[in-house]
Amino acid sequence: MNVDIAVIDYGMGNLRSVSKALEHVAPAASVAVTTDPDVILNAGRVVFPGVGAMGDCMHELRERGLIEVVRQAAASKPFLGICLGMQMLFEHSEEGDVAGLGILPGRVLRFPNVAMHDNAGNRLKVPHMGWNEVHQAVPHPMWGGIVDGARFYFVHSYYVEAGNPDMVSAFTLYPFPFTSAVASNNIFAVQFHPEKSQAAGLTLLGNFVTWDGNISANQCDTFNTHCSL
Amino acid sequence: MGLAKRIIPCLDVTAGRVVKGVNFVGLRDAGDPVEIARRYDREGADELTFLDITASSDQRDLILHIIEAVAAEVFIPLTVGGGVREVNDVRRLLNAGADKVSINTTAVTNPQVVADAAARFGSQCIVVAIDAKASSDGKWEVYTHGGRRATGLDAVEWAQKMQQMGAGEILLTSMDRDGTKSGFNLPLTRAVSDALTIPVIASGGVGNLQDLADGVIQGHADAVLAASIFHFGEYTVHEAKLHMMQNGIEVRL
Repeated sequence: MNVDIAVIDYGMGNLRSVSKALEHVAPAASVAVTTDPDVILNAGRVVFPGVGAMGDCMHELRERGLIEVVRQAAASKPFLGICLGMQMLFEHSEEGDVAGLGILPGRVLRFPNVAMHDNAGNRLKVPHMGWNEVHQAVPHPMWGGIVDGARFYFVHSYYVEAGNPDMVSAFTLYPFPFTSAVASNNIFAVQFHPEKSQAAGLTLLGNFVTWDGNISANQCDTFNTHCSL
Repeated sequence: MGLAKRIIPCLDVTAGRVVKGVNFVGLRDAGDPVEIARRYDREGADELTFLDITASSDQRDLILHIIEAVAAEVFIPLTVGGGVREVNDVRRLLNAGADKVSINTTAVTNPQVVADAAARFGSQCIVVAIDAKASSDGKWEVYTHGGRRATGLDAVEWAQKMQQMGAGEILLTSMDRDGTKSGFNLPLTRAVSDALTIPVIASGGVGNLQDLADGVIQGHADAVLAASIFHFGEYTVHEAKLHMMQNGIEVRL
């Protein structure tokens, strides 16, 4: 079976939300929520979602024999990581002190246990839950049609500290700037949930459906006015 | 600029319809849940909460169909509560398209369900709903079974215990205020929110837009939930957000 978009199913999280949102933005595309390595590797593009604890997710991936499949997909085709699907691409997580896939350099840290406050003195809770601003650090086809600073829906207690600052595609304040999106070749990964972020999220998923996996200047010009600067 | 305070319209659903009562009784029909959900999404609701207040299990599966229908066209977080008794109920609701599941009575009768559900699906999708009523000693007592049964538990201590067991968020309803339109119970909201590191949603008693702002500013709530003021067309979610913004609260517009 050849599908346009494979959503990797490893038993964690609400994958229906992701597939429903993809079907909504690309009604003509075939979307499969799948554990089948052949379907994933033959798909036009791959979405790697995830919620829950990192150790459990890595365990489920391993049990299903999907580790090498994720690696191959992340090396070869437009690849979108979401939430824990972003965090797992990195080398190590403080959550349970576990190793990630190590596809990208960097680690996953917990928001501080000491009480955090914003500039106005409001206490900031963990999980970081709700709609926060996503500040685009560099132009990218995935940001096409999305205003800089648009709000997306977050729910997480851990965040990525990218090993290479060049791959930070967006940052968000809570209260310090943390990496809310990374871009590396054909990989784009976000800490927030585009499938739950209403218009901005659907735009981002729509961009993924047409993205060729390159970050070329030409494509950038068509999509994003920032590129002309 | 940072995280926005959330406005969450709440839809009490029974027999496939949205209803609203006063002090947990006296239901009034408010319409079709899918249609109402669509309207709130257009108005800029940050999340939606569905509470299944159906008594009969025959009708219980209706909520799954409603959630499926809403999730196919409304792309914001959906919380569903009511009648969750075991971990498998959580799974069914998540599979139908819920993003979070709210646990109330079962959290008291079998707290292990909260811990097990959080361990299996992640704390981010486990909301513990607490219905609290003022007791004579100036504290608040937890009630279950739709507000009919006293538990002897102190609301603040109970909320802390639920956080410890893996709840990702607390939905705190003042039974004294619910449906009265006299505003949130601010001392209760503040006491619970300040005692926790996880977010708290204030619920029960909203009568006007200032009540929402007060819940955040004085009650220290991370999100505010309301039903009647939105269902019966008194205010739109957008108007509520503008009012909160005028009070210096960060919102998503």
